Amino acid sequence: MNEPIIKIRDLHTSYGKRKILKGINLDIYPYETLVILGRSGCGKSTLLRHIIGLNAPDRGEIIMKDVDVTKASEEKRDEILKRIGMLFQNGALFNSMSVGENVALPLLEHTPQDKSIIKIMMRMKLNIVGLSGFEDFMPSQLSGGMKKRAALARAIAMDPDILFCDEPSAGLDPIVAAGIDQLILKLKTALRMTIVVVTHEMASVFMIADRVCLMHDGEIKFLGSREEMKKSTIPYVMQFLERRPDEDRLDPENYLEELVA
Amino acid sequence: MADLKATAGQSGRSLAFFFVHVARMARLTGLSLIWIFVAPFKGKKLRWGVTFVQMVRIGVESVPIVGVISFCVGLIIAMQAADQLEKFGATIYVADLVSVTMCRELGPLITAIIVAGRSGSAIAAEIGTMKVSEEIDALQTMALNPIGFLVVPRLLAMMIVVPCLTILSDFVGIAGGFVLALTNLKLAFIAYFNETAGALYAKDFITGLVKSFFFAIIIAQVGAYQGFNVSGGAEGVGKSTTTAVVVSIFLVIFADLMFTMLFYSTL
Ligand SMILES: Nc1ncnc2c1ncn2[C@@H]1O[C@H](COP(=O)(O)OP(=O)(O)OP(=O)(O)O)[C@@H](O)[C@H]1O
Ligand SMILES: [Mg+2]
Repeated sequence: MNEPIIKIRDLHTSYGKRKILKGINLDIYPYETLVILGRSGCGKSTLLRHIIGLNAPDRGEIIMKDVDVTKASEEKRDEILKRIGMLFQNGALFNSMSVGENVALPLLEHTPQDKSIIKIMMRMKLNIVGLSGFEDFMPSQLSGGMKKRAALARAIAMDPDILFCDEPSAGLDPIVAAGIDQLILKLKTALRMTIVVVTHEMASVFMIADRVCLMHDGEIKFLGSREEMKKSTIPYVMQFLERRPDEDRLDPENYLEELVA
Repeated sequence: MADLKATAGQSGRSLAFFFVHVARMARLTGLSLIWIFVAPFKGKKLRWGVTFVQMVRIGVESVPIVGVISFCVGLIIAMQAADQLEKFGATIYVADLVSVTMCRELGPLITAIIVAGRSGSAIAAEIGTMKVSEEIDALQTMALNPIGFLVVPRLLAMMIVVPCLTILSDFVGIAGGFVLALTNLKLAFIAYFNETAGALYAKDFITGLVKSFFFAIIIAQVGAYQGFNVSGGAEGVGKSTTTAVVVSIFLVIFADLMFTMLFYSTL
């Protein structure tokens, strides 16, 4: 395979004294779709925030397109960020702006295009996510799933090289969720984007993933293609695939003590 | 003893925190001023559209309240002054007292306190809400600097609008004195006018405006800083908003003290 577009080396991070990421090593290759799996709270969103340079790590490096984003100057980082789209877990739409203005904002700020052309581009993006006609709505007037899709439209507004999606289909009905999967496939094949998706939906993992990365407790437990994942004999991977809950506590005395303590 | 130690440790920590906050706020102010005065020459445009919207919100919308309060304060000083000066049959000097206090002190101060309450809090709440809903993060990932995008338009609007409101406050306050003089004190319009004109020097007026310009910077920056400092959801936004108002009024009065020492103290 060719050179990785993102190289993460020995990434450590913590909130206060709590260690969240404990030595992540990960290569992401151009034009692939990488799915990051893991239990709630294992640090997936935190990992994405570090990759796009929102949080600074305790140590380790993140090299994106030959620039270490943890140490880059603001100008350098901005250049990289302009070629990146990010869908936040909660959408993070600007609540003071209409849906249309949200999608148009990066275009207005970073492209020399005329307002009328930007308007057309904005409508195209909204159309792609199935929100045509909603450009004058305020985010507060949208449902949760519609917000997600509007935020996705904003993330792809600049036709980024790399798209990060934090749980794009969480909280969506199965039909729209499948539509988002289709959209991701379309972006990948038609626009040749590199896509990193965090998700809990095993169905969509098997639909969109080129490679799967399974995180647990701040570490990567498994990294490989979906076929390799299906065949894997690592207990944690098997537990994940079989949707088996953790073993029940069989020690009632300890349990009582823990509650009382 | 242990208690004492703990208390001492805590006050030491609070003091250290205080200086950390001051340093960070100074940094934010420095960066914002660079955005206003240096960045435009490096090809980064100022956002005049948003600035104008903020000028309307901060300035135009507070004209009525600034007007009414200044008028009342003008009347109040005039009445208090007249009450004292009547003993000497020198009520004409009400004109001097009202005009000089309004221009030097009360105009800038009243305006700053009203703007801090109305708009300093709004800045903290807006930015704070954006912080908790990750909108600030979203801005950053779009390569839009939150200082240039959010703080600068508000700061610029404040710097333009607060001195204007101060001028309004000065005049309306003096007008309040006029009203009392003409009705209650039965002074002649021309006499009162001449006395006012004779009492006021350019310095009175200008020092007031200079102060109000710095008050504007204080209010905008404290608001923005408290907004960026929000943590922990809606409750945090509320806390920061309150803190923004209290801290900016404190700093405004402290700055006023410093300016008065600088301009008028004979020490
Ligand atoms: N701002 C913060 N301050 C302190 N701790 C945090 C903060 N953000 C996240 N954490 C902690 O970091 C851990 C990882 O959080 P993260 O949001 O990355 O989880 P996640 O894998 O994205 O989970 P989910 O699937 O539920 O979104 C959590 O245990 C959380 O308690
Ligand atoms: Mg998450």
